[in-house]
Amino acid sequence: MKLVPCPLNGWRPASEFSYGGPVEEMPDPQQCSDEAWMEYVFSHEGAPGVKQEWWYHIASGTWFVAERDTVADKFIRSYLP
Amino acid sequence: MAHQLLRFAMYKDHPEPRMFNTPDELQDSYDVVIIGGGGHGLAAAYYLAKDHGITNVAVLEKGYIGGGNTGRNTTIVRSNYLTPEGVQFYDRSVRLFQDLSQDFDLNIFYSTRGHYTLAHTEASLNTMRWRAEVNKHYDVDSEVVYPREIQSDVPEMDLECGGEMPVMGALYHAPGAIARHDAVAWGYGKGASLRGAEIHQKTEVTGINAESGRVVGVETNRGTIRTNKVLCAVAGFTPRVTEMAGFSTPIEIRPLQAAVSEPHKPWLDTIIVSGTLHTYINQSSRGELVMGSALDPYELHSTRSSLDFTEGLIDNALDLFPFTSELKVVRQWAGMADITPDFAPIMGKTPLDGFYLDSGWGTWGFKATPISGKTMSELVATDRVPELIHPFRLSRFAENRLMGERAAASVGH
Repeated sequence: MKLVPCPLNGWRPASEFSYGGPVEEMPDPQQCSDEAWMEYVFSHEGAPGVKQEWWYHIASGTWFVAERDTVADKFIRSYLP
Repeated sequence: MAHQLLRFAMYKDHPEPRMFNTPDELQDSYDVVIIGGGGHGLAAAYYLAKDHGITNVAVLEKGYIGGGNTGRNTTIVRSNYLTPEGVQFYDRSVRLFQDLSQDFDLNIFYSTRGHYTLAHTEASLNTMRWRAEVNKHYDVDSEVVYPREIQSDVPEMDLECGGEMPVMGALYHAPGAIARHDAVAWGYGKGASLRGAEIHQKTEVTGINAESGRVVGVETNRGTIRTNKVLCAVAGFTPRVTEMAGFSTPIEIRPLQAAVSEPHKPWLDTIIVSGTLHTYINQSSRGELVMGSALDPYELHSTRSSLDFTEGLIDNALDLFPFTSELKVVRQWAGMADITPDFAPIMGKTPLDGFYLDSGWGTWGFKATPISGKTMSELVATDRVPELIHPFRLSRFAENRLMGERAAASVGH
């Protein structure tokens, strides 16, 4: 079974987690242009690589950031934001 | 016979016509370069030649013909979508599919089966009613049916689903069909090749050349090609190619897995889909159960298979068909799917002039093969966006005009 490293609970089965998408800086919705807001809401760096992602450990209610290689599906590290 | 074989062994020319030519050399320039030799790319090459007389075309495929998602889907063809735009688009595709064997002079084993989308909750039954009404409005044959009718058509199904999530009704779509997916790619490839298009396998695009906002060529592992028109039809690799072209899209890559059982005698002549149970099942003409489920739960650029998937899928499939518990799964595989936020494709023009995108095909691409080839070839030939695909433009996200096709496009919701 696929394991995910939770910073609080260690390596746990992937079924205990929910994927929260890439970590992205939110522009100020009051200030930014419509294009910039669209980019933030919809567009992503879709190409593969090592990415920073939000993950949620459902059992303990923990949101954290994980660095993961999206080709090899290997977690490199994870930490609390 | 032996004499004939010996004679042909001496010649380079093969005695039998091949499915398509494999030219040795890449030319320096083409009128159109199509990236991706799957069903969509080959269909575009076919209709470029057939409908528009454009034959100086190269289809570049980094692997082999139809080896990507064209050969990895569960071959279902249907048009029972939710949005008017989606219904009209896929309906045209189903109609084109029905004539393909004739057009190609090649049997694509198109088999109209009837398609049940099961509803296990009042909410999903309401969505089925909504879909049925939209479908009927556009002359697509769909209707809501109830447990007694389903049971008499599919007596093997346990409508109680083990007691947890009983089936309350279904959307029945009579034109729902399956087809032999490889043959669709081969047929389009053969037809395009006969009319003069070149198909280059093992040819990987490594860069897109642009000058002042216009595409001027592509870099490949076999050299540079000059061209003013590039069509990108590379499901699962779209973000890598759009990154080369210098713009981003809302596409995220997720694996979609599928599996087949060992072959056995025919018993299931319809296609069964359950969104609630994340399962779809049909029986192939070889007698195998072809089964699929929801997307993998996170972004991944890989075609690995997982035991989690098979366990989850079979757990749910056994709720519907408990008597298959002794059947063995003999193969499983995955394809990389382009997922969009609104579960509709992204087709049309891009910020780079002359660079056209046929992408965002998620889990719904095979059924669109003929119509995407037809409409994208018209766009490439005329530079005008056909009415049918205008709703699927890339700029819809900036315009906040999303499609909302999720309830009808995918089982995982």
